[in-house]
Amino acid sequence: MTDPVPVLSVEKLTLGLPGLADRRHAIQDLSLAIMPGETLCVVGESGSGKSMTAMATIGLLPRGVNVLSGGIRLAGRDLLSLTEAQWCDVRGRDVGTVFQEPMTSLNPVMRVADQIAETFRAHGLLNPAERDRRTLSLLSEVNLPNPELIARAYPHELSGGQRQRVMIAMALALEPKLLIADEPTTALDVTTQAQVLKLIDNLRHKKGTAVLFITHDFGVVAEIADRVAVLQNGVLVEQGPVDQILHRPEHPYTRRLLAAVPSLTPPPPKALTGEPISIKVDALTKTYGGRGWPRKSREVQAADAVSFEIRRGETLGLVGESGSGKSTVGRCVLRLVEPDGGSITIGDVAFGALTQRQLRPERRRIQMVFQDPFASLNPRRTVGQIIAEGPITQGETPSKALDRARRLLDQVGLSESAVDRYPHEFSGGQRQRIGIARALAMRPDVLVADEAVSALDVSVQAEILKLIRGLQAELGLAILFITHDLRVAAQLCDRVAVMQKGRIVEMAETAQLFASPKDAYTRQLLAAVPGAERMG
Amino acid sequence: MLRLIATRLLSLAITLMAVSLAIFLILEVLPGDPAAIMLGTAAREDTLAALRLEMGLDRPALVRYLEWVGGILHGDLGTSFTYKLPVSTLVAERLAITVPLSLLAILISTALALPLGVAAAAKRDGPVDKAVLVFSQLGVAVPNFWIGLLFILFFSTYLGWFPAGGFPGWAGGIVPAFKALLLPAVALALPQAAVLTRVTRSATLEVIGADFVRTARAKGVDRSATLRRHVVPNALIPVTTILGLQLSFFFGGAILVENVFNLPGLGRLAYQALAQRDLIVIKDIVLIFAGIVIVVNFLVDIGYALLDPRLRSRS
Repeated sequence: MTDPVPVLSVEKLTLGLPGLADRRHAIQDLSLAIMPGETLCVVGESGSGKSMTAMATIGLLPRGVNVLSGGIRLAGRDLLSLTEAQWCDVRGRDVGTVFQEPMTSLNPVMRVADQIAETFRAHGLLNPAERDRRTLSLLSEVNLPNPELIARAYPHELSGGQRQRVMIAMALALEPKLLIADEPTTALDVTTQAQVLKLIDNLRHKKGTAVLFITHDFGVVAEIADRVAVLQNGVLVEQGPVDQILHRPEHPYTRRLLAAVPSLTPPPPKALTGEPISIKVDALTKTYGGRGWPRKSREVQAADAVSFEIRRGETLGLVGESGSGKSTVGRCVLRLVEPDGGSITIGDVAFGALTQRQLRPERRRIQMVFQDPFASLNPRRTVGQIIAEGPITQGETPSKALDRARRLLDQVGLSESAVDRYPHEFSGGQRQRIGIARALAMRPDVLVADEAVSALDVSVQAEILKLIRGLQAELGLAILFITHDLRVAAQLCDRVAVMQKGRIVEMAETAQLFASPKDAYTRQLLAAVPGAERMG
Repeated sequence: MLRLIATRLLSLAITLMAVSLAIFLILEVLPGDPAAIMLGTAAREDTLAALRLEMGLDRPALVRYLEWVGGILHGDLGTSFTYKLPVSTLVAERLAITVPLSLLAILISTALALPLGVAAAAKRDGPVDKAVLVFSQLGVAVPNFWIGLLFILFFSTYLGWFPAGGFPGWAGGIVPAFKALLLPAVALALPQAAVLTRVTRSATLEVIGADFVRTARAKGVDRSATLRRHVVPNALIPVTTILGLQLSFFFGGAILVENVFNLPGLGRLAYQALAQRDLIVIKDIVLIFAGIVIVVNFLVDIGYALLDPRLRSRS
């Protein structure tokens, strides 16, 4: 028997970056092959060149990025010599693509059915009536309920998971030989992610499609990959079958990445029983009313009688899917959003009952670390000004506040000279350290961290988690840690509260919650964590 | 969608009431004697008293306001002090020039700006883009009355293709009337077209970078169909905002251009009424201009909802 021809083969591909980039090549000497019906996961951190590999395969590299050498073959056909018209023929027909952002990847002013039917139209296939019929059958093939209704909907009327299914339907419309999935589940909730991964896997088995799956998440790799290729700074460091890469990695970089993935098994608990209670929240309630009339039908109960307390030095995890109300609780506790009812007590202060005027001097007691390290620092101010601003508004002299900013930067692992630099000069992880220093500048008793490590690469994430743990032990902070990531919660939190539709459905010691979850929803969440069986 | 139109109509009515009240308060209730303003400082006391009586200034302000508004609702705008004619007749004659002039200018402006802006963005930094940049910079820098003067010199005096000014009236047929309006409309349109071109270009560029455009290309849709079906419909949304703001300028800009081309339009009437201190006419014209702006804004809001399904379902 002769060897079958790979669906995709990338041969010694090198992509050049524009002159001002921090390295010369987006991809260097990359060789990959995917066989029919096989899923190859390309794994790497941000900037590893994994998405560039995908864009090169469909001939849509961004301006300034060019193929310098090497080749890409699709079922033996040389892609790099194609004309623009030939590329249009290959895209969609031979290669289907699903992108990361379900919220922005569909045209907001075009009905779903028209966007799917356009795939047929672009390739001059079928007549309009047949296109409509195929569109409906594709929508039911990706398990969307009520295909007729969804076909007529606009993208904003669908949830993230539904939109991603529409993207998959579109990508598979012409039964391509190769499906490229570029972080297709990264923006989705775990339970939705599990369903979408299963869908992609089933369709691949049914149709024998080869899948190039790009991800940063080893949990997802464990769920879906046959083979894995690990990229670091545009260079392939290791490639092999999934079990080999996950359990017997050879390259130190792969080992480091795997070691940084938080385990679902929590560490032994710390002793906290004697510690005083730093924050006590009782029956916190917040309802968002819709605009316009009739008001009632548009109301969303974002927090419904939420109660918890956190001791000095303790971390309470608040986990749940998007829309569960966990961020609302965080904002209400800080009084960035005014709660409708309930009480908040921080130390001996009835924080929830203070007037705005009384609140101002007390704000320092509770501080926040935000999710997005790029959007949460003012680009026009130096790091020193950013950190010192809070203490100065509380009456500290500017020179003292700046001195303290220097010490804080040192404490969060940055150089003191960072005070005079601007946020854009720092990486995501460094900016998150600056965000933590800014919060600590107020000498808070309580820290609220809202998805504070979710935007970071795993290796950076591990470092920030270590920093938070160290600072907590040193300063006795009580931390409310809001996250969608159960792995992170398992490693960092002493107790975990699970939120669903504005209510805490279960709250327990972390080890106990992970070992024997009581609530059905908690069990469902835990079951959906990718890679739980293969990686632990 | 119906509810959106209903709520917008309601706010339109309320805004019009507020505007009419503001105009009335400023012109007739604030300190200063309207009769003295109209007749000037040299007027004799008995002429002043006669005018005050004629204008009904001896009666309470509220009654006068209600009479004014009530009259407007019946199509009665009062009688001009200088022309001794019903203001409604004066305004109707003038609107027959200003409205076609403005509409023509809007048409020319959008017909120029939208294709140019999209073409410039589609081939960024290409020759079209560079030409458009030069055109739009010139257009923004040069005022419309000066363009009007140049046009008269070149097209009317030198080439003799168009009349240098004046208006033959619609009774003499559409072609001569149209010829009289074309140069002023172009003069009015060019500066606005320049602004709109730049806005269209940057809106188009932004949409070209959007994720869903990449999705369309990945489906195999070619460049021009992507532009037509995905980029332009989305780019029109921000362009509509600017166009809405500009529409009011077209009516306001008419005052200058009508004077340059000696067109007896609403703008010229406003100018003459101001020069002659005919408060009765001024009051009505200001309200008409404000009304046009408010109605245009209403139409822009509806246009938004037609362009963007997200707005339709939110309200």
